[in-house]
Amino acid sequence: MTILKQELKRGKLSLLIWTLSIGFMVFICMLMFPEMKGEMDSVSDMFSSMGSFTAAFGMDKISFGNVMGFYGIECGNILGLGGAFFAGLLGISALANEEKNHTAEFLLTHPVSRSRVVFEKLAAIITELLIMNALIILISVISFTAIGEELPLKEFALLHLAYFLLQLEISAVCFGISAFMRRGSLGIGLGLAAIFYFLNLIANISEQAEFLKYITPFSYADSAGILSEAALELSYIIPGMIYAFSGISLAFLYYNRKDIYG
Amino acid sequence: MNIISTHNLTKHYGKSRGIIGLNLSVPEGEIFGFIGPNGAGKSTTIRTLLGLIKPTSGSAQIFDRDIVREKDPILSQIGYMPSEAMFYSGMRVGDIIRTSASLHKKDCSAQAKELCERLQLDVKKRVDELSLGNRKKVSIVCALQHSPRLYILDEPTSGLDPLMQKEFFTLLKERHKDGATIFLSSHVLSEIARYCSRAAIIREGKLIAQDTMEALSSRTNARRITLGGTTAVPQLNGIKHTVPGDNSVSFLFQGDIKELLSELSKLPLTDLTITEPDLEEIFMHFYMSAHDCEQ
Repeated sequence: MTILKQELKRGKLSLLIWTLSIGFMVFICMLMFPEMKGEMDSVSDMFSSMGSFTAAFGMDKISFGNVMGFYGIECGNILGLGGAFFAGLLGISALANEEKNHTAEFLLTHPVSRSRVVFEKLAAIITELLIMNALIILISVISFTAIGEELPLKEFALLHLAYFLLQLEISAVCFGISAFMRRGSLGIGLGLAAIFYFLNLIANISEQAEFLKYITPFSYADSAGILSEAALELSYIIPGMIYAFSGISLAFLYYNRKDIYG
Repeated sequence: MNIISTHNLTKHYGKSRGIIGLNLSVPEGEIFGFIGPNGAGKSTTIRTLLGLIKPTSGSAQIFDRDIVREKDPILSQIGYMPSEAMFYSGMRVGDIIRTSASLHKKDCSAQAKELCERLQLDVKKRVDELSLGNRKKVSIVCALQHSPRLYILDEPTSGLDPLMQKEFFTLLKERHKDGATIFLSSHVLSEIARYCSRAAIIREGKLIAQDTMEALSSRTNARRITLGGTTAVPQLNGIKHTVPGDNSVSFLFQGDIKELLSELSKLPLTDLTITEPDLEEIFMHFYMSAHDCEQ
């Protein structure tokens, strides 16, 4: 577990910054809720009558006036997008950074198999995502308590499970891409996360573009759908997990055969 | 027994040459020199042996194990020093050394401490602050601390000051005395001449000679001739690398020594020395003759 430990040690600061940034924004957002609650009826009316914009963010299905509706839309976007960016960065840099920073030669001339390297790096990504989600959930629970609102446990748990799966999928896909790269490009990780986010917005607006929901992981992490149905959409999750599995398999297969240059 | 043996080992990078049909034999307990200029294929050979790159064709064994199928047990008994040592940014020297030991699943703290003291290496420094020489020292500790059977060293002394080079070779001689085999890739010919008992010469990806140092020397048949009292060079075939001096001249001669003596007797000589060529001249001989053959 040497590689896993090293990865966690070296990723500590980045994990802390991303977690605190997302957590802080979620917390601040939730503190605004009591103040906005009274005005929410008119705000909700306004938001629910903005046509495509309303549909894009799922505000036709849930209400801003309800604490979970507010949490799902406002905090969901922060956590959904922030978590996706962090997951993309973790995935894309995991394997490629070893070659980019010329440390692959140091690592791979030790008696450790390539599969072991891939496995431990993947384990480090999943561990970091788990830690980030656990801390953000903790911050969220504190924020609910701070504003004196009751936490609807089931919806809250489903929402956070969906975000975790989304991060898992994005990091796994980026991890697969990372195995092919020699120079590491953070842009690809961030770009992919952003593209997935916008694909979901497009799919929400246009019925013709609904097939995009089977491509982007944001479809099953869409707070409007989760909160209105109180369930996760398996028909979107299954393809997503297949993409994640493919990314990881590709990483194992290709990294084992890859030539490592100086 | 051979510690390293390769059979027609070939590596192509797309269309460009890497190494071609390499048949290398490194006997156990030798200090083996691997000589060639930059780009000849030394690092490609080493990277293939260590499993960093896969051979296009041919095979290689280290400790009688296949380098592709049994990479991990092989690597557990190898100490490798790359030509350019790079480490994880932000880590301290001590962390790198401990990580390396941990990847070998060994507690090497006593060995590491002794090596760091002998090499005057500060374990508290961050690797980003290290000079090339100090990075080399970290690399030496990582390669030596687990007391492997085989040391593969790629240009190990570049960046080390002369005192550290001396200490490094003292360490290597100690390990060699304990039975380790050392594979020393270098283009510093004096290093190879001083420490190696056997060597191989690589040129444009092909092995052009490998033998004991004495045999390599005798295979050239060439002798360094230095004449005193004249700067004239006899008009004979087989004279190369003429170095004119102050009322003297030196050249490399390969041919009939009687013919040379007969020609020399016509010159106003005050002094004559005939010596074995040094490694540089042997190297040049093999390089030039391989080049001539191809032309």
